[in-house]
Amino acid sequence: MIHTEAATAIIEAIGVTKRFGAQEVVRRISFTVPRGQCFGLLGPNGAGKTTTIKMILGQSPLTAGVLTVFGKPLPDHASVVRARTGVVPQEDDLDPDFTIAENLRVYASYFGLEGRGLDTRIKELLEFVSLTDRAEARVDQLSGGMKRRLTIARALINDPDLVVLDEPTTGLDPQVRHMIWARLRDLKHSGKTLLLTTHYMEEAERLCDDLLIIDHGAIIAQGSPKALIREHVEPEVVELRGADGRIESLLGERADCRIESVGDTVYCYTHDSTPVTQRLQGTPELSFLHRPANLEDVFLNITGRDLRD
Amino acid sequence: MDLRVPRIRPRALKVWRRNVLVWRKLITPSLLINFGEPLLYLLGLGFGLGMFIGDMAGLPYLTFLASGIVASSAMNTASFEGMYSVYTRMVPQRTYGSMLATPLDVDDIIAGEMLWCATKSTISATAILLVASLLGAVLSLAAVLVVPIAFTIGLCFAGPAIVMSAFSKSYDFFNYYFTLVVTPMFILCGVFYPIESLPATLQSFVQVLPLTHAIALVRPLVADQPLTNIGLHLAVLLFYAAISYYLAVILVRRRLIV
Repeated sequence: MIHTEAATAIIEAIGVTKRFGAQEVVRRISFTVPRGQCFGLLGPNGAGKTTTIKMILGQSPLTAGVLTVFGKPLPDHASVVRARTGVVPQEDDLDPDFTIAENLRVYASYFGLEGRGLDTRIKELLEFVSLTDRAEARVDQLSGGMKRRLTIARALINDPDLVVLDEPTTGLDPQVRHMIWARLRDLKHSGKTLLLTTHYMEEAERLCDDLLIIDHGAIIAQGSPKALIREHVEPEVVELRGADGRIESLLGERADCRIESVGDTVYCYTHDSTPVTQRLQGTPELSFLHRPANLEDVFLNITGRDLRD
Repeated sequence: MDLRVPRIRPRALKVWRRNVLVWRKLITPSLLINFGEPLLYLLGLGFGLGMFIGDMAGLPYLTFLASGIVASSAMNTASFEGMYSVYTRMVPQRTYGSMLATPLDVDDIIAGEMLWCATKSTISATAILLVASLLGAVLSLAAVLVVPIAFTIGLCFAGPAIVMSAFSKSYDFFNYYFTLVVTPMFILCGVFYPIESLPATLQSFVQVLPLTHAIALVRPLVADQPLTNIGLHLAVLLFYAAISYYLAVILVRRRLIV
């Protein structure tokens, strides 16, 4: 049997734990990210996503467990791992003292990349994120979306095998978000492995092959978006607005659905929505929306609707 | 806490080079400050005060003062850069965070920053030396040796300043360091008068302060006097540089690698 890196996992976590004093922020999580996959890390604020990413980048030592990237244990091999990894951090850390092209050039120098090949690379990357005509602009002249695109270009400067993206589309307009999604799919098709955290379930559903939902530092669900929807929530949802406590009388005994109320909205999760929708057709004063269940329903169902800090 | 002894690697020069590139963009205002401030000191104090003082410890006062200002300005430059600029890159600007996503380590970042602080010290000391020689205060060609010594002085003061940055929660914190450390050295270590004129107890205290040793190296070279105890003076400067580098690395690791 031939052992190549292609057969091994890009990231392998076994019982990874992180404690800050008495507080356990990551609890014995284990997962494997195979080559070429887009792997999602989801969870409410404070779930331990960013800490997990920091451990993967060797920016945070493990309290317990084993974590390897490219087969190299962390944090001992942080430099080697980071040489082959691209990072899009949650908060912008572009260099304000440089232009866009200079940002890429200086960042490349941290990887030891220089010379003629680099000029071509920078040109290609600026094209990839549609910033070619802004190459000489200063960072503070860029919009939020442009900064994100530049950060993505910067993460690719070393032609990484693994790209780690911590909430790459937070706070962006739909145009930029769709553009970034398309680029991330391009990266996946070119064989790169992606690790993505996001609060947008639609984003995770569109991009991720496999994902992990963590809460309070522990894994609470894992699987493909489709499998998670199948396992954790009824396939159909009817959302009702303005029902004001009349919900039982409206839906009656036969409705056979699980009901959740949030503010003035009632969510009916069901395996067969026909009885519900038929009844609702008769009450034109109520607005309702009938849709297939999605990852957001799964997320809210298993992490709860309580607000997090 | 990660107490491992840091490794100094060539890649630290990438961090140094980043700062050189930024400095090049602001070269005109920086050089104006580098030349303007010492000119003010030397003209104002050297001529103004020198008129009354005449000679100091057997030297024309302008020469005495200029050699002291060269050393203290190397101290000031490295201290400023190691606090305000390093803190800016470490905290609000997140430059180190972005570097830590590349093969660079805290060891490399701090080594690169110390080299850069020392480079700036060298630039400012050289500027003063040029101004002083135009005013006729430099008495020996041996004064060119002040250039590498200014670099060493820069290393010596860069480390402690970065240690302060690693502790600091805001820029205000640096006032303590300037008031309690930099200014006393500026006043006590022989910039304006020979330390021999201090009371005996103060003299022995001043002997452990690095600026005293920095001036002991610079003044003879500028004033065409014999250099004594070179090994001791250099050792003191390098000792402060080495210890503070190690401390700075540990403390910045504690702050950034959590």
